[in-house]
Amino acid sequence: MTENTLDITQIRKDFPILNRKVNGNPLIYFDNAATSQTPKQVIDTIVDYYSNYNANIHRGVHALAQEATEAYEGARTKIQHFFNAAKAHEIIFTSGTTHSINLVANGFTAFLKKGDEVLVSAMEHHSNIVPWQMLCERTGASLKVIPMSKEGELLMDSYRDLLSDRTKLVVCNHVSNALGTINPIQELITLAHDAGAAVLIDGAQSSPHIKVDVQKLDVDFYTASAHKLCGPTGIGMLYGKSAWLAKLPPYQGGGEMIAEVTFEKTTYADLPYKFEAGTPNISGGIAFGAALDYLNSIGIEAIEDYEHDLLIYATKQLSEIEGVKIYGTSKNKTAVISFNIQGIHPYDMGTLLDKMGIAVRTGHHCAQPVMDYYKIPGTIRASFSFYNTKEEINRFIEAVIKAKKMLR
Amino acid sequence: MSIQEIQDEIVDEFSMFDDWMQRYEYMIELGKSLPLIKEQYKTDDNIIKGCQSKVWVHAELEGDKLVFTADSDAIITKGIIAILIRTFSHQKPQDIIDANTGFIDQIGLKEHLSPTRANGLVSMIKQLKLYAVAYQTQLN
Repeated sequence: MTENTLDITQIRKDFPILNRKVNGNPLIYFDNAATSQTPKQVIDTIVDYYSNYNANIHRGVHALAQEATEAYEGARTKIQHFFNAAKAHEIIFTSGTTHSINLVANGFTAFLKKGDEVLVSAMEHHSNIVPWQMLCERTGASLKVIPMSKEGELLMDSYRDLLSDRTKLVVCNHVSNALGTINPIQELITLAHDAGAAVLIDGAQSSPHIKVDVQKLDVDFYTASAHKLCGPTGIGMLYGKSAWLAKLPPYQGGGEMIAEVTFEKTTYADLPYKFEAGTPNISGGIAFGAALDYLNSIGIEAIEDYEHDLLIYATKQLSEIEGVKIYGTSKNKTAVISFNIQGIHPYDMGTLLDKMGIAVRTGHHCAQPVMDYYKIPGTIRASFSFYNTKEEINRFIEAVIKAKKMLR
Repeated sequence: MSIQEIQDEIVDEFSMFDDWMQRYEYMIELGKSLPLIKEQYKTDDNIIKGCQSKVWVHAELEGDKLVFTADSDAIITKGIIAILIRTFSHQKPQDIIDANTGFIDQIGLKEHLSPTRANGLVSMIKQLKLYAVAYQTQLN
């Protein structure tokens, strides 16, 4: 399959921001792994909410409250279907992946003790390291690292060796934000379960690009952020198997998450509300649903094929530039290219590309352990989305060559 | 020359360029002329915090004037710090403390002043001024 399956010209018209200029040049947005752009269908949903039915949900008896509640709960169902969860109440609205991970890490305080182990992969974002370190500090459990190869792939043999009856939890990303590697999580989950451990998968970088089926994966917890899925910032989700969510203690106390409150004792609400204290990000939740509708209208499989095509094209072009070194060379990758050019600091390259209207990310990508592994201060990261084109990649390559000439 | 005179001179130099490319090429050239910090001072203590690239700065008094040397692993950053050092080096600490740095805006490098730039000039200027404050106290 090729890009012919998608009408990119038409798709680009949905994204108002793609019309703007940066430093006098048409914007080329290659920082999609940091956040995706927002189609007008999603923007319109937010405007419509505040223009027509803004109300607090679940409690009001009036029409606006009912409409808002229906739309918000409708979005939960859309998320459920997008990830193929068995039940809508297994989807918890959070502010994003970081919040989702912290919610689980906090809950596990009740389940871990000294001598227990949490396994974490060597290629995690800081948000999937620090909450577990904090959990280990609270409980006396230890954090063990699943190592990776130079290609940026997990060493599964080492992982098998690390697993034991001490392992209580395994946490790993589905796709590495710094390298683009798609990790073999199906195998990772099965092995963890065989050892009696629960698994949390950080799906921030995978959910926008590949089809995720939480039931097929048999994963215990899975996380996603709407803003990487063409939705707004400040909203995301935690999927958890019913049994786990029932066991996990609440994260925050407040309104909405209670069944009954007296000064002597409070009983908690049922799932999912037990984890949703306070007035949530209502417009964000509804817009998250609209973003998934939008992605479904294009088709995740079609997006995956098209982006893979962009990845192969850009990798080939970039590799032909003298001095380029790509980090993360697994065969299984999403459309992320992390690279450096010999003798050039990533910050210098990023600065000059910006002057030419090209947005890339430079630095350690919140994955310092990955940079330490390669002994580099950071990389230049170009990450593509389905609204990017080969023409943009051509302009990007020309810009890299031009900047390289200036910097050397 | 006073700090103000040097800044005016730099603004003049940059006004000759029509586009960003020439400006950045010139900055890269300036970076190459940066008075380099001695290896022994390239310590973690002398790193300016909060920069995406590493920047080391060292200051010492020569008579009643402060002399700066520096280095960075990124070349554009070297250019930026070279511009700052050209204005601040061999000046009295009190003059450095009092100096206005609005000229950065005039030479078309305003974006580097933004706090969102990991390599923002702000932390560099702050660091140079902190050195000046420290040495001024010593002089008093």
